[in-house]
Amino acid sequence: MTEVSYLEHGHSLKSWLLTTDHKRIAILYFLSITFFFFVGGAAAALIRIDLLTPEADLMSNEGYNRAFTLHGVIMVWFFLIPSIPNTFGNFLVPLMIGARDLAFPRLNLLSWYIYMLGGLFTLAVLVLGGVDTGWTFYTPLSSMFANGNVILAATAIFVVGFSSILTGLNFIVTVHRLRCPGMTWGRLPLFVWSIYATSLILVLATPVLSITLVLIAAERLFGVGVFNPALGGDPLLYQHLFWFYSHPAVYIMVLPALGVISELVTAAARKPVFGYRFVAGSSIAIAIIGFLVWGHHMFVAGQSMYASAVFSFLSLAVAVPSGIKVYNWTATLYKGHIALDPPFLFAMSFIGLFVVGGMTGLILAMLAVDVHVHDTYFVIAHFHYIMVGGTVSAYFGALHYWWPKMMGRWLPLVWGRLSAIFIFLGFNLTFFPQFILGYLGMPRRYHVYPAEFQTLHVLSSAGASVLGLAYLLPFTYLLYSLRHGEKAPPNPWGATGLEWTVPSPPPQHNFHELPTVDGPPYQYPVEPDAERETAHG
Amino acid sequence: MNRLLTFWGGQASHHAHQVDTLFLGLAALAVLLSAPVFILIPWFAVKYRRGKPADRTHAADRSVWLEVSWAAIPFLATLAFYVWSTRLYIDLYQPPAEALAINAVGKQWMWKFQHPGGQAEINELHVPAGRPVEVTLASQDVIHSLFVPALRLKQDVVPGRYTRLWFTADTPGSYALVCAQFCGADHAVMGGRLVVQTPADYARWLEGMGTDGSLAAQGAVLFRTRGCSGCHGSAGTVHAPPLEGLYGRPVPLADGSVVTADDQYLRDSILLPQAQVAAGYPAIMPTFQNVLGEEDVLKLVAYIKSLANAPPPPRDRDDGGPP
Repeated sequence: MTEVSYLEHGHSLKSWLLTTDHKRIAILYFLSITFFFFVGGAAAALIRIDLLTPEADLMSNEGYNRAFTLHGVIMVWFFLIPSIPNTFGNFLVPLMIGARDLAFPRLNLLSWYIYMLGGLFTLAVLVLGGVDTGWTFYTPLSSMFANGNVILAATAIFVVGFSSILTGLNFIVTVHRLRCPGMTWGRLPLFVWSIYATSLILVLATPVLSITLVLIAAERLFGVGVFNPALGGDPLLYQHLFWFYSHPAVYIMVLPALGVISELVTAAARKPVFGYRFVAGSSIAIAIIGFLVWGHHMFVAGQSMYASAVFSFLSLAVAVPSGIKVYNWTATLYKGHIALDPPFLFAMSFIGLFVVGGMTGLILAMLAVDVHVHDTYFVIAHFHYIMVGGTVSAYFGALHYWWPKMMGRWLPLVWGRLSAIFIFLGFNLTFFPQFILGYLGMPRRYHVYPAEFQTLHVLSSAGASVLGLAYLLPFTYLLYSLRHGEKAPPNPWGATGLEWTVPSPPPQHNFHELPTVDGPPYQYPVEPDAERETAHG
Repeated sequence: MNRLLTFWGGQASHHAHQVDTLFLGLAALAVLLSAPVFILIPWFAVKYRRGKPADRTHAADRSVWLEVSWAAIPFLATLAFYVWSTRLYIDLYQPPAEALAINAVGKQWMWKFQHPGGQAEINELHVPAGRPVEVTLASQDVIHSLFVPALRLKQDVVPGRYTRLWFTADTPGSYALVCAQFCGADHAVMGGRLVVQTPADYARWLEGMGTDGSLAAQGAVLFRTRGCSGCHGSAGTVHAPPLEGLYGRPVPLADGSVVTADDQYLRDSILLPQAQVAAGYPAIMPTFQNVLGEEDVLKLVAYIKSLANAPPPPRDRDDGGPP
């Protein structure tokens, strides 16, 4: 193997900042997304410290409102939405389908620069004093009443939206046009299916958000009456437009995670996935039905009760394909050869937390219950189970699973297992008490609260400190492994998939000769290059 | 669990009990549906651990009927709960006709309540136990949400439109009443109490509150002092629609459509008069948007309502209700 890896191919800053290599762009995203993850995490830390006591002691009302707004904006648009697609999707989609790059490599680099530009706007918001509308920017609060940097924040999200759109477009064209000979749709790895479904949502939903943000700016700057009733507008129109994007955006955040778990579970069990077509099809079903459930955010907003009844029903329907995935993963493990490596521990953790998030989603879809728990901590706990328990666990699972491929180094498995366990425990301690808080009536976005709620809030904050440390842990041993880890063979886990047929780290153009695929995916067992037990340092 | 809830939030109504029962049922369903996953995955992870001898023959990689069954059976189970929960929700849209009508105005950052007799209170709402109460909600500025955990009810208060919330509280006591929709700087302290009283206590409380006459009477005063009567009154010189007998009747509009003269229509006609112009009248009414707040508009609406059946009785909303 004389080919130079993508990491060795040029060491200058310029060779990174002007690269069109999808793998290097993935690394650029990884670094910038990690940065924003910790900025958003710092805001969460402020929130949890403030909530230790029922009084306002750390922050003023305004300060607290700015902290949770920034936490939401950064975590949603600068971490969760780009997290798995832009790092692992970028790195893996071409490798998995046997292509040398994405369809539009330069557009891919442009996407990263647009992301960074949006990120700079967000940092400017932070430096200039923040924004106080909540990440949801409800009108007319945002368009007429809030006094933070609403326009700047809207600009940041508007800009980063184009990064999403271009990335989604790139993936769609790549999957359609660049599959290697024999890589039919029925042989695509399930991760590629999920990225494909995600890309459809990115391209179809993001423009709606962009337009909505422009309308907010028009109302705020020029007094154009769109959402403000005093100008003849309709505040509920804003909620319809916002959730028409933002509910599908939930699936943008979670579909790639579902794809990751399908890869992790099959590799851990060394078994073909149970019901490939159902699992692949469920990604598309989620993407489609996900567009039709936005009204479940508005059951108490004043929409018609008939609309609510329909949206409630469709919200139950969208749970079906998610349920199929979970049951199929369980069946995949049956009679498998299961290794309790870090990726699988993260996958198990994902499944457990995703099931809790999904089941509480089912409860929230029930109209009479939602009337009570809407806008309470019950909702907060629910979507953190999906997005943090789910997506972030999958993100770390992916990081551990593909780290040897991306960096060419083994990671310390013991530490990997420990961090999976700590993240799982810290997460549950943080967010399970919030279900109880919510049902007891603790509204969201409150930093002063009745003293009766303090015990549960203290538990939650204690969990958050465990969780925060547990999130830092992988970055320490992964950095350590870069220098001290053993060199990883091409296929360290003994997994199927074209990405494991090339050296670790892959050469600059992935494949010396384009591969040909002659069978379905997940044809286990395959022989690993080295048994793990001897391979870690 | 119910004991805990009583301690924290209380159950102030029959509806609260129903929601709790539904919630516990759903929690049981959630445990039932997720149990296979929570039991089987750890079990498989131990039993089929790599390197451990186990019977691994005939491990199927698909079975259509199995998959259809585990998609369909949970879905059908949730549909039963869907019917249950949707029926409870639809009840919330059907206030009984004899309900006590109370107005609420949310504004940054306080709640103001008006009783039909004209009594007004801030951040506290007194209601009689055992009698349906229908709250008409208006917002002076941004979206708020009236949330009473002990009733398991909340309703957003949306500027530009009236929303409604009705309940029958059956346990006298004092319960938290908060704003659930983020509404700006002091959102977290925009709250107060719902005080449920026995009907006798409530009647005493009403008497103890000073009032400048019933809500409709206060509206009649505004009607004169704000100049409405100059055009809409019997001595008016301008050609304006008469308001006697208007409430609840169909109104033909200049654009050919017909609307019902309900609370919302009356409010919009005062604040956004150019939006819906009555047929046959010139569009000359000025807006009162910067003149009248939502509380004043609610009083005017109460006055116009009182004209629905010619000579207005002062408190016709209350006639016929249980004591």
